[in-house]
Amino acid sequence: MFGKLSWSAIPINEPIDMIASGLMILAVLGVLAWVTVKGYWPYLWREWLTSVDHKRIGVMYVVLALVMLLRGFTDAVMMRLQQAVSVGPDAGYLPPEHYNQIFSAHGTIMIFFMAMPFVIGLMNFAVPLQLGIRDVAFPTLNSVSLWLTASGILLTNLSLVVGEFARTGWLAYPPLSELKYSPGVGVDYYLWALQISGVGTLLSGINLATTILKMRAPGMSYMRMPVFCWTALASNLLIIAAFPVLTATFAMLLLDRYLGMHFFTADGDGNPMMYVNLIWVWGHPEVYILILPCFGVFSEVVSTFSGKPLFGYRSMVAATMAICILSFIVWLHHFFTMGAGANVNGFFGVMTMIIAVPTGVKVYNWLFTMYGGRVRFNAPILWSVGFMVTFVIGGMTGVLLAVPPADFILHNSLFLIAHFHNVIIGGVVFGVLAGYMYWFPKAFGFTLDEGWGKVSFWCWFVGFYLAFMPLYYLGMLGMTRRLQHYDNPGWQPWLIVAAVGVAFILAGILALIIQLVVSMRTRERRRDRTGDPWQGRTLEWSTSSPPPAWNFAVLPQVEREDAYWHMKRRAREERAAAAEALAYEPIHMPLNSPTGFVTAFFAVVTGFALIWHIWWLVILGLVGALITTLVFAWRDESEFEIAAEELAQVDRAHQQAYWAGDTP
Amino acid sequence: MADTTQEHTHGGDTAPGDSREELLSSLKAYVIGLALAIILTATSFWAASTHVLWQPGVPIGLAVLAVAQMGVHLVFFLHITTGPDNTNNVLALAFGVLIVFLVVAGSLWIMANLRANMMPLEMMDLHHQR
Repeated sequence: MFGKLSWSAIPINEPIDMIASGLMILAVLGVLAWVTVKGYWPYLWREWLTSVDHKRIGVMYVVLALVMLLRGFTDAVMMRLQQAVSVGPDAGYLPPEHYNQIFSAHGTIMIFFMAMPFVIGLMNFAVPLQLGIRDVAFPTLNSVSLWLTASGILLTNLSLVVGEFARTGWLAYPPLSELKYSPGVGVDYYLWALQISGVGTLLSGINLATTILKMRAPGMSYMRMPVFCWTALASNLLIIAAFPVLTATFAMLLLDRYLGMHFFTADGDGNPMMYVNLIWVWGHPEVYILILPCFGVFSEVVSTFSGKPLFGYRSMVAATMAICILSFIVWLHHFFTMGAGANVNGFFGVMTMIIAVPTGVKVYNWLFTMYGGRVRFNAPILWSVGFMVTFVIGGMTGVLLAVPPADFILHNSLFLIAHFHNVIIGGVVFGVLAGYMYWFPKAFGFTLDEGWGKVSFWCWFVGFYLAFMPLYYLGMLGMTRRLQHYDNPGWQPWLIVAAVGVAFILAGILALIIQLVVSMRTRERRRDRTGDPWQGRTLEWSTSSPPPAWNFAVLPQVEREDAYWHMKRRAREERAAAAEALAYEPIHMPLNSPTGFVTAFFAVVTGFALIWHIWWLVILGLVGALITTLVFAWRDESEFEIAAEELAQVDRAHQQAYWAGDTP
Repeated sequence: MADTTQEHTHGGDTAPGDSREELLSSLKAYVIGLALAIILTATSFWAASTHVLWQPGVPIGLAVLAVAQMGVHLVFFLHITTGPDNTNNVLALAFGVLIVFLVVAGSLWIMANLRANMMPLEMMDLHHQR
């Protein structure tokens, strides 16, 4: 009846597990109770859970990412504490099998459920606004993507309470991840959570790529798009090209585990090395899926806060698209030591060094944008400058690792760990936090507190260097990754320094939370009435903050790059109330739809049933998802009309507020 | 999703698929495509099972039929044309073909190279005997 599921699945004998899952359940119940007591459910359901508005979907993605940042960071703290104490006779406080689950969960959560949702959320929010349009190409599909990602997250967190998570590392290499060596449900949780959220990511990639290619405002030719839109385009093309490889690879591993096939087994003519090859065919483009939109954020932030157009716009576009292609011919550098010959290793090593060139072009472009500009040092640009310094260091250690002989020494050591945290924290985390602070006033209509934003930046910045520079050194001393225990007392001081660094990062995260609370409490004082708090250059700043559901009452006419900057200049010269002259026409907006939420519900049911081999429930879940799709396909109404008078009223109010707040 | 694309045409927006709707999505093209696809599939099944043909030529013939099948799908179902309104689709196809080529060729090269480097000699011999 219940497959492999029984009461023994709940880890009652493991105190740390039980405390963690107990706290998580309490937190979830607390939030649910609070929402129920306050009577927020109807509002939440109508305005958020069933929303197909790209802005709200973007915000929900970012909320998911911030919550999962806390979860993944908790894992990081536990690992750092373990390594700070577990030397020689002291075994530390985490047993090996638990430690293995923690490092696997940390990697999986941080990449798939923190970085990906954050980046996709920012793209969802900003790309349609920057393109001057009212929504993405497929609004309901967008909601499906969001909720499928949430399903994967829910399954991963469920593994804490019911059963276990993978102990195989964040990429679950076979033969360790095969049934023979991992008979438990941990790897199944990993695989199904990522399969479900991977479908969501792929759909989201198709949606955003279609939007950028087909739905730009009149006059917005390719070479007039903001750089963030270019990087989003490149990133989504990579999603479309790379995620099917991940899905197929995981599908083969699932066939091995569920139907006794032999794609990647050590026996029966299987080849585990093929898995390593395929997973990195996805894995390397994934790195650029994450970092490219962050490069876009930095481009927008540096240009806005320097009060100058971006230096070398065309070279920036060319570099972005070059990275988009090159990222598909470097994947072997993740497994130089697997046994390929000198020709193969040499080729991929050289390609890896070449990909550093377009990235270097970008760094110089940002520097030259700031050079000679009147730079305002708000929080977003602090993250950007911190990124430039940190990312260049990470890039250089990356080029070092791209040299195959060096890689043979440093492979699987803490040097590697330090390198990729250097580029992911220094690049992606700083990037998404810059984007968060940059677009927050646009999303909610009030600015975030500058002081706490700067505190957060300095804590993260100092914390990063304290936590990871010792790891470079330990890597060169020969300390390998994923050690639950070690015998060399000489390593301990460096690991204690790293743990102190994590304390600084914790302070940075707390400062982020305080910043949010303080800003919400003082939001009346910090209202952004003009819709343009940073003197922005692109179209998202031309509408009110927060934008109306339709973004733009009349679609903007784009005549050149930095469209909004030039509109403002012209409007100021003419000083004519342009809003009076605009011809408002009624527009159609998509209706909200529970399709995404209901589909995701059935996806969770199906995933859970597959993990525990409850076959009748699998069928039930699949039938439910099918019916949901059919109901959506046969709907009668999908849009509603907004009258011209309403548009005119809202838009004119914004124009007046803008000119009232404008003091040239 | 056909619905939303249709209705986005209100108010001067353009949406994916608008311009080619009247050109190619007519029922006729789909029926011709389906018929061609069925003929090509049936032919390959026949070629694989018959003894009438010269056996060594069959694999090459199947490959030709497969490529033709891809062409039919691209033209009749995915609406790839040479028209100026089709640049995006052609570029997307080219990008897809490039990535597939890189991934397949790269994987073959890497895996063949691993085999040459890692398999002990006696295992190699065993492998050849089978």
